Amino acid sequence: MTAGHEEATGANIIPLTHGKSSLALHLLREGWGRPLLLLHGLGERTPVGVPAQFEPWEGPIYGLDFTGHGSSSLPVGGGYTAEILMADVDAALGHLGKVTIHGRGLGAYVALLIAGARPTDVRGVILADGPGLVGGGIRPGSPHVPVVDASRHGTPDPYALSELSRDVRPPDYALEFVRQIMQWSELDSPIAVATVVRPEWLAAVVAEPGVIEATVAEALTLFADAR
Amino acid sequence: MSDRDGRFDDPPEIAETARTYPRARRPDRSYWVSSSGLRIAAYEWGDDSAPVLLLAHGGFDFADTFDVFAPLLAGAGWRVVSWDARGHGNSEQALLYSWQGDLRDAVAVLDTAAPDDPAVLVGHSKGGGLMLDVAHALPHRLTHLVNLDGLPSKNNWPDLAEHERTKMLRGELTGWLDHRRKVAGAQRKPGTLEDLAARRKRMNPRLPVEWLEYLVTIGAYESADGWRWKIDPAMRFGGFGPWRPEWSMQRLPGIGVPVLGVLGLQNEVMGWGTRPHDVIPNQPPEFVFSALEDVGHFVHVEQPDHVAGLVLSFLEEHPGRAA
Repeated sequence: MTAGHEEATGANIIPLTHGKSSLALHLLREGWGRPLLLLHGLGERTPVGVPAQFEPWEGPIYGLDFTGHGSSSLPVGGGYTAEILMADVDAALGHLGKVTIHGRGLGAYVALLIAGARPTDVRGVILADGPGLVGGGIRPGSPHVPVVDASRHGTPDPYALSELSRDVRPPDYALEFVRQIMQWSELDSPIAVATVVRPEWLAAVVAEPGVIEATVAEALTLFADAR
Repeated sequence: MSDRDGRFDDPPEIAETARTYPRARRPDRSYWVSSSGLRIAAYEWGDDSAPVLLLAHGGFDFADTFDVFAPLLAGAGWRVVSWDARGHGNSEQALLYSWQGDLRDAVAVLDTAAPDDPAVLVGHSKGGGLMLDVAHALPHRLTHLVNLDGLPSKNNWPDLAEHERTKMLRGELTGWLDHRRKVAGAQRKPGTLEDLAARRKRMNPRLPVEWLEYLVTIGAYESADGWRWKIDPAMRFGGFGPWRPEWSMQRLPGIGVPVLGVLGLQNEVMGWGTRPHDVIPNQPPEFVFSALEDVGHFVHVEQPDHVAGLVLSFLEEHPGRAA
């Protein structure tokens, strides 16, 4: 699921509305059972086909382009937060119902947020390496007004690349979402961390009781078996 | 400012409205500023050749909430420049809202109004926090900083047990996401002019209803079914996020130009509840501090003469310099 993948054709795009944004939800493959929703990394888009690692999943497989990415809306003037991308995913949940989520990089962080906000709708979340995993660290850096090269039109939005690579991610904030998941999820182990890289927010998540470390394949099997 | 589709041609409305308020004066000039293509409504009071004093309003407010305060500063020889934040007043309703977006909009206004010489930066509430960030990001662009009840502290965060916090956050999260699901095409609730003023009174309990009714005629628009605030319905009061209020306060000690801090000590829904003992340990090298006992969050609306006097004395007594 890299930015260099061939562009989606639009034939299997389900348009969703979130506020003033039109979001592209891609149906990558039909299937029976609970859907698997793929969230891309910062600057990426949903791939055209199903990446090999997800082939074993028996249910339908979808991918969502975040606002400012792929075939979703390109805002004017930036203003991105991880929380608004969480609400992008909630628009997909409104369409799909209960899902298992795999998130890469920025998508992993957003996946954790939405799993905490909708702990009974997200049945298993897999956090994987990818662009935008680290964010801007655990505390705000020196304030700055970045010079954004907006000369290139289209997605990914350069303001998204600038703003979502610097958003602050305190570990205790991430843990608030972990506690939401642990308190209300019906799964015994609803969070699987498959990353090699562990920025501070994610190291804190891994250290919480009930969070498991697993490969993507192991996590897919675990969550496929969870009713 | 102009573009091919004419979005920047007609300046923002500054005509007198149906209501008046003692000593309130609408801006002398208005124009659009493009912030990365987003249309921001900017306003000015005073001589356009005078030195610039930038005035940033707080959340859910408008530039015209300075209609009494700004003329007092303009009358003392300043070119007072303010603007409606994105999604507020006459500025464009954006697809996205964030602190970083507001910061970029503020700098776009500063770049337009004072491209060459450093300016005085004044901010109320959230606008005060934004000006603290501008002062750190672009220290060469200001001579003085004035913060009007915009120094956040932890004081208005309830001290709760962990399980209570978890429950409270769940309510906030689901409430916000449910709001986001309904927001496409939503409109603000209509009402009579008096209805809107009464609703605002709940957030601004100390402000006179005559002022709030005046504000409705500027900060709201009238259609067939009534008045609605010119605030993007996508925006919602309160909320959650990773930002901790005390991080803004931690900007204060490092400011290298003279700083005036004003606190209103009467607690209000929209205020921070910050006390002098929260501020004093964070004071910058050249700091004038005034804590007003019987004044709420809107210090410049409740006591415009006193607060304008504080600002003007501060500017006179502390020679300005850019860092």
